[in-house]
Amino acid sequence: MKKKISELIASKYFSFFVTVILFAILYGVGIGMYKGFMKPQVFLNLFIDNAALIIVTIGITFTLLIGGIDLSVGAVLALTCMVLAWLLANTGISVFAAIALVLLMGTAFGAIQGYLIAKFDLQPFIITLAGMLFCRGMTAVISRETINITNPTFVAMADFRLSVGAGFVSMGVIIAIIALIVAAVVLGFTRFGRNIYALGGSESSASLMGLPVFRTKVSVYTISGFCSALGGIAYALMMLTGYNLHGMGMEMDAIASSVIGGTLLTGGVGFIPGALFGVLIQGVILTFISFQGTLSAWWTKIVVGALLCVFIIMQAFITEHKSKLTAKSSLEENS
Amino acid sequence: MEKLKNFTSSSLFLPIVALAVLLIFNGIFVEDFFDIQITEDGRLFGRVIDILTRSSSLVILSLGMTLVIATSGIDISVGAVVAISAAVVCTLIGGRGDGVAETPMALAMLASVGIGILCGIWNGILVAKFKIQAVVATLILMTAGRGIAQLLTEGQIVTVYYKPFASIAGVIPGMPLPTNVFIALAMVLLVVFVMKKTSIGLFIQSVGINPTAAKYVGINVTLVLFLVYAFSGFCAGVTGLIESSLIRAADANNAGLNMEMDAILAVALGGTLLSGGKFYLGGSVIGAVTIQTLTTTLYALGVSADQLPVVKAIAVIAICLIQSKKARDLFDKWKSGRSAKAVTADAKAVNKA
Repeated sequence: MKKKISELIASKYFSFFVTVILFAILYGVGIGMYKGFMKPQVFLNLFIDNAALIIVTIGITFTLLIGGIDLSVGAVLALTCMVLAWLLANTGISVFAAIALVLLMGTAFGAIQGYLIAKFDLQPFIITLAGMLFCRGMTAVISRETINITNPTFVAMADFRLSVGAGFVSMGVIIAIIALIVAAVVLGFTRFGRNIYALGGSESSASLMGLPVFRTKVSVYTISGFCSALGGIAYALMMLTGYNLHGMGMEMDAIASSVIGGTLLTGGVGFIPGALFGVLIQGVILTFISFQGTLSAWWTKIVVGALLCVFIIMQAFITEHKSKLTAKSSLEENS
Repeated sequence: MEKLKNFTSSSLFLPIVALAVLLIFNGIFVEDFFDIQITEDGRLFGRVIDILTRSSSLVILSLGMTLVIATSGIDISVGAVVAISAAVVCTLIGGRGDGVAETPMALAMLASVGIGILCGIWNGILVAKFKIQAVVATLILMTAGRGIAQLLTEGQIVTVYYKPFASIAGVIPGMPLPTNVFIALAMVLLVVFVMKKTSIGLFIQSVGINPTAAKYVGINVTLVLFLVYAFSGFCAGVTGLIESSLIRAADANNAGLNMEMDAILAVALGGTLLSGGKFYLGGSVIGAVTIQTLTTTLYALGVSADQLPVVKAIAVIAICLIQSKKARDLFDKWKSGRSAKAVTADAKAVNKA
């Protein structure tokens, strides 16, 4: 029995199980405390409100998996919203051309960051921190005021609702779900996905095995940039504005979601469904606060920060436990 | 010639040249830039003095940041800690309109510096004890910190009417310069003194170069890391005092905003490698003054505060590239490749002739 528990803790899905159970408990408590939690729409709202965060978290999970980090996601999201709003307000190009343009911009930005990091061996956090400031600044350069999106096609897209059972979901959720599936397949079933895990496990081993380290690194940051831009579109669909302070601190939320969902910050361990549950847990906390009604929204940040701390410390213990376990088993083999 | 070569290869070369370029630019385009006047009560007055005064916060922050970066860590929570410290001192003194302090000012100041140290200790525990990467550990406080500051001020901007509070960043009668310049000077001297007279500086360097080796030599790595982050928190606490006194208010959203970036930039400009190891306090101080000069110059050119990060981000990446060993290798290779090509071209020309 004891051995089984110890094996379970060492399993790479342990954090994920903890997260799913925590989510179930939180939701159960919610149902017990507030009648409103029973409505299916409340559950679907978790997705609708957090569609952008889900997409951004997917991107950041890729970077965390190779042991990197991307702090620029929130700012890229804000810049995407702003450029999209500006394009739709000031130029005559069609909605789809504008969307393609901003997606291209985000992807290119991610690629540049990845190139700098991989080519010159620079620390990811400093480059992406610079990227974050750059994008925030650029957003302010374009406009310091809010730009409203009034384009009829885009507004129609924002108003689109797909009914699911007893409720409905928005366009953003559909994008998020597609992104989730694609990301999960890429990570789980392709050579590129395995390269990412190998690179996260140990960069020097991956390089000695002949895996394309440079290409994988650049691709990962490119994916993160693309996901941030896609998240920006989902965000714009929800807010219908471009504003300098959109997505402030979102990098933290995304990293927290990914970590809570079982991604190891040292890289090499983590998977997409976990990241989804990480976002959902934050959504539940937010729902709690809005149902409760008197608590300040700032509490969300503090609770998420605390939760992140707990999970990171748990990770530290798991890693220690694992290394003890390997040491023990190698001892047994030797004797 | 030898001396010139020594200077160009020294760590102070880059920040001094950058500062000189900025000062020359200002000297040409801004009228009376270098003029310093003395008022009747012995105060110094002028644009240069103004920059010096404004840069004192950044100098203090970059001191803590230098030591943290020397251990190959980073502290991106300093901006948020500045906001917390500002919120504490302002709420303790209180925003009473009749200018009476609710708590004695000395006590409030102690509390705000104390909360800074506490934040530093929190970061230190996460990094040193739980071995979490410094970026992520301090990221927690970076975002949660402003939330805490908001809770302390209850989402409002607390304005302090208590007169003596302004003197922290203002002029005490009879003194030639504002108080914060002296605070910064005292902190710089203190740190330099401690580094010169004790071996803690050496410990910090060795932890930054190779923590495992440092441990085997007998250095208490955990303690060194812990102290470094606590000190960075202390610096942020003091900066919070100055920043709140400057505007006589606590603004949880804007106090110390983007200051972490400026501090990192100052340290990097000063020649300390972001990968840790050898550190240069003098370089960081000059770096901080340079950054402040840059900020002031850009403001003068009509760039707004929220657009400023664009320029700074480019500066960060440029400095990173200059520091990067790999970039230098690539550049050398490119240069030698070009000269080799030139040689072959010459040889061809000779052959043809």
